Amino acid sequence: MTATPTAAAPFTTVIGLEVHVQLQTRTKLFCGCSTTFGAPPNTHVCPTCLGLPGSLPVMNRTAFELAVRAALALGCKIAPFTKWDRKNYFYPDLPKGYQISQFDLPFSSEGALEVVDPKGALSRNVRITRVHLEEDAGKSMHDEAAGTGDTRIDLNRAGTPLCEIVTEPDLRSPQEARAWLNELKLLLVYLGVSDCNMQEGSLRVDANVNLHIPCDGGRIAKTPIVEIKNMNSFRSVERALVYEVARQYEEWQATKAEMGKTPKQTRGWDDPAGVTRAQRHKEESSDYRYFPEPDLVPVTVSDEWLAATRDAMGDPPSVLREKLAATWKIPPYDADVLVNQGHELVAYFQDLAERVGEGKVASNWMQQDVLRTLNERGGSIDAFPVRPATVADIIGRVAKGDFDTSRAREIFAEVLASGRTVDDVVASMGIAAVDDDELISLCRELLAENPRVVADVKGGKEQAAAGLIGQAKKKNPNVNPGKVRAMCLDLIRRM
Amino acid sequence: MSLSRNDVAKVGLLARLALSDSDLDTMTRELSSIVGFVSQLEKIDTADVSPLAHPLDTQNVFRADVPKPSLTTAEALQSAPRHDGECFLVPAVLGDTGAA
Repeated sequence: MTATPTAAAPFTTVIGLEVHVQLQTRTKLFCGCSTTFGAPPNTHVCPTCLGLPGSLPVMNRTAFELAVRAALALGCKIAPFTKWDRKNYFYPDLPKGYQISQFDLPFSSEGALEVVDPKGALSRNVRITRVHLEEDAGKSMHDEAAGTGDTRIDLNRAGTPLCEIVTEPDLRSPQEARAWLNELKLLLVYLGVSDCNMQEGSLRVDANVNLHIPCDGGRIAKTPIVEIKNMNSFRSVERALVYEVARQYEEWQATKAEMGKTPKQTRGWDDPAGVTRAQRHKEESSDYRYFPEPDLVPVTVSDEWLAATRDAMGDPPSVLREKLAATWKIPPYDADVLVNQGHELVAYFQDLAERVGEGKVASNWMQQDVLRTLNERGGSIDAFPVRPATVADIIGRVAKGDFDTSRAREIFAEVLASGRTVDDVVASMGIAAVDDDELISLCRELLAENPRVVADVKGGKEQAAAGLIGQAKKKNPNVNPGKVRAMCLDLIRRM
Repeated sequence: MSLSRNDVAKVGLLARLALSDSDLDTMTRELSSIVGFVSQLEKIDTADVSPLAHPLDTQNVFRADVPKPSLTTAEALQSAPRHDGECFLVPAVLGDTGAA
């Protein structure tokens, strides 16, 4: 983390993000066309989203409420009065010749989202400048292979509701930016605001970055701000920023060019090549000639409406982590791992923990067995064939002493692989509970075969008994190591 | 208040209008006269008037998030100068995709 210049990085990296997320609505922002992804081109279009003359937009209430939910979760102030504006520019995927967006009176502003690493390596409060609600443009496809030189336009996406989230330049490294985006995505998915699927374009990130470089005499030189676009994953965001920081530092050393002396530059990330490339200079804000959208009336948000939205919101991940840690007495690290996997996994864990009655035991099983095998198999936790009741059953038998934890793991794996019941698996694996008589005779045998261990233990070296466990397991794989140890010590003491 | 020829040329570029030199002369004269007319409003004292976001005194007009039938692709494309039965066709555009 580069908070201040160090020998390793003789400058401070300054990053701000602009994130667009598609809101989870059934229909577009201003018309009843479906927002379902992947439909054949131009099948989810109507006069309104095609921008045909005489059509009028009407605001989707769910879109507005989801946007407010996002802003509330980001700690933003909700404006009591908000309106929409036209942002004018020409592009073939923008059929009206303007985008309906928000300019001077966004519905919310001044929030913050903190990113905390439970291992303590990272903690940063990132201020949110504003959150506003706008419509998406369509999709342009440049069919170079066909060699026709035409661009094909699909307007299915035109008019899809987007929430734009703009941060203050509070991030200090590419790694932090990625961690913060992970937290933002988790939050928005938890609250049902967006599915944040980057492959489907439901979440898009642009990053603004420059460097603050201390010079002689205590002056700080600031490199020109670059906006990076075309990043298709959080990993790309991190890589593009790492590249851009190095590129800017090199350029500064060569040219000493500072902010304000050159216009703000837009660069596109070329993922396969691993470089950013200059794009055309961005139009100045005034070139968009914003003016109030006359086809939409303003929105006023009452206190009651706000309270109802807040009540319907559910816990954000940060609160859920604390609740899980407190309720089940698990370490913050465990709570973080579980919560970061999403709602469904947390529900699975809570079900399991309630049945087991021991949070830490349940958490260990979640992390070591359920999560590991889930990651190997892929798919969602809801479709995971071994349900909490079954895991709790296996854990319960360990507690009763039927078998030890490593045996229990094998049983879990076999139940998962075969789809059979725990009883079936236990029987077929020849795992039968070892009764006390069996255990006593086994331990007597062991002690007879290991006079040195007996002598060592009598001499005060109790740890020598550990050498007996492996031998016991060879004689009978179903024995409980703890019980073997206790029984052997007991027998030696009475000898 | 008057507009410069450069102002008009810039507005013309933003509106993607190809203005000849004589067009620019005419437009500069006519637009300046319109702006001059509207600028009479600046003489009014608006210190106590709150900004008007919309001429109608109506707020909170919403619709429910319920899908409605869309047009067919053929209907959507029928007025397009060029299409390929699926998509609108336009000359290749260079540069990035504008704003989002």
